[in-house]
Amino acid sequence: MNSNPDLLTSLAGSIRSVLSPLIGNPDGVDMAMYGVGLLAVITLIFTNAVILVWGERKVAGFMQSRYGPNRLGPWGLFQSIADVLKLMSKEDYRPKLVDKWVWALAPIIMFAPAVAAYAVLPFGKDLVPVDLNIGIFYFIAVSSITTIPLLMAGWGSNNKYSLIGGMRAVAQMVSYEIPLVFSMLGAIMLVGSLKMSSIVEAQSHIWFVFLQPVAFLVYVIAATAETNRAPFDLVEGESEIVAGPLTEYSGMRWAMFFLGEYANLLAVSAIASAVFLGGWQPLPLPGALGDMMHAIPGWIWFALKTYIMIFVFMWFRWTFPRFRVDQLMGFGWKVLLPLSLANILVTGVGIFLYRVAIGG
Amino acid sequence: MLKEYLAISMFFIVALLIPVAVIFISRLVAPKKTTPEKEEVYECGVDTVGDTWIRFKTSYFLYALVFVVFDVETVFLYPWAVQFQQLGTFAFVEMFIFIAILVVGFWYAWKEGALEWK
Repeated sequence: MNSNPDLLTSLAGSIRSVLSPLIGNPDGVDMAMYGVGLLAVITLIFTNAVILVWGERKVAGFMQSRYGPNRLGPWGLFQSIADVLKLMSKEDYRPKLVDKWVWALAPIIMFAPAVAAYAVLPFGKDLVPVDLNIGIFYFIAVSSITTIPLLMAGWGSNNKYSLIGGMRAVAQMVSYEIPLVFSMLGAIMLVGSLKMSSIVEAQSHIWFVFLQPVAFLVYVIAATAETNRAPFDLVEGESEIVAGPLTEYSGMRWAMFFLGEYANLLAVSAIASAVFLGGWQPLPLPGALGDMMHAIPGWIWFALKTYIMIFVFMWFRWTFPRFRVDQLMGFGWKVLLPLSLANILVTGVGIFLYRVAIGG
Repeated sequence: MLKEYLAISMFFIVALLIPVAVIFISRLVAPKKTTPEKEEVYECGVDTVGDTWIRFKTSYFLYALVFVVFDVETVFLYPWAVQFQQLGTFAFVEMFIFIAILVVGFWYAWKEGALEWK
């Protein structure tokens, strides 16, 4: 294991040592450190959204043999900054028929759980903002709230397309939440804890993607559906229902939905890399190569795996055509759910036989 | 323990305040020029016909019922999965009984056509 503190861990350490004499009370210092984590998370969400908007367009460009943004700055890097400025200065109008409160609250409620879900992401060893003992359960609970604002926006907009989109959002969540939750059960059975840091710790020898390949597949598919990305983007389905629940929003209110969406994309990729790809654990290579891998700080490994997962999600989006509603529901219930149930059974039998074999 | 949940509530409160602040700031910067056309419902440029707030047919009602059953199951399965290795044979036998009940219910829902989109 890499014992020297890396950049971020020592930064956290030095912030703590500066704050300790100022506050005195150890509980107060802990709370202040949670506050620092919160600030870091918010900075991450905003910068990440800017990068991902650019990245998504670049990826889309390359997959379709075109350039993508290339006018502002090197490789079009400043394009999304210009977009942010544009969104900030756009008129914030309210169509006259909307339900005022439901319509206005939806973007706020969309953004809130996205931030709150980041509290348990294991960015590195000792770099978990709040290491709850029910970490992954909390994540599932909080991240599934995002369906409610979509339904609120759909109903509150008083627009037929929005209503259809909102209803689709619920239908999709109802079908893909269960496989998503079940797919993580196998990993939890192997670890025996819901704490994010213990789940990553348990993968120091072998990543769970090798022990739970089926669960990983189910997770990736269900997570694509949960984040409403193509091929499961029936909620927005721009060629059928304008922009679904987002039709009647403009300027910063619309941007809140967008931010929430990209924040969720990063969150599900981070969970994929923490639960299945070993989180901050380096590549398990033998000998000197392994030592070299250990020299790279954990949070870099985590970021690398997370962004690879994000790339995979983007790849899906620009490769597959959209599902039909009945196919979507059928696939979720008749393929993914039985698969994930079978995976739990096989994992249970496997663990039991292993324990009998080693005489535990 | 309590401290951690205090931190979580801090996350939630700040997370609710940020979008409010951002929308407020953009209202200061953005122009405000409403015209009657802008305030219309956007349905591809065609005037909207009839009410939107009607009794909408939720074709996924039966799915939703099955979903509730399975969602409650997951609440039970999570603590079981955490304790699986400690409980040994008991948890192992328990698993077959529990999942068998689930599968029977699931099979019945499937047979009755609850999983068909109509």
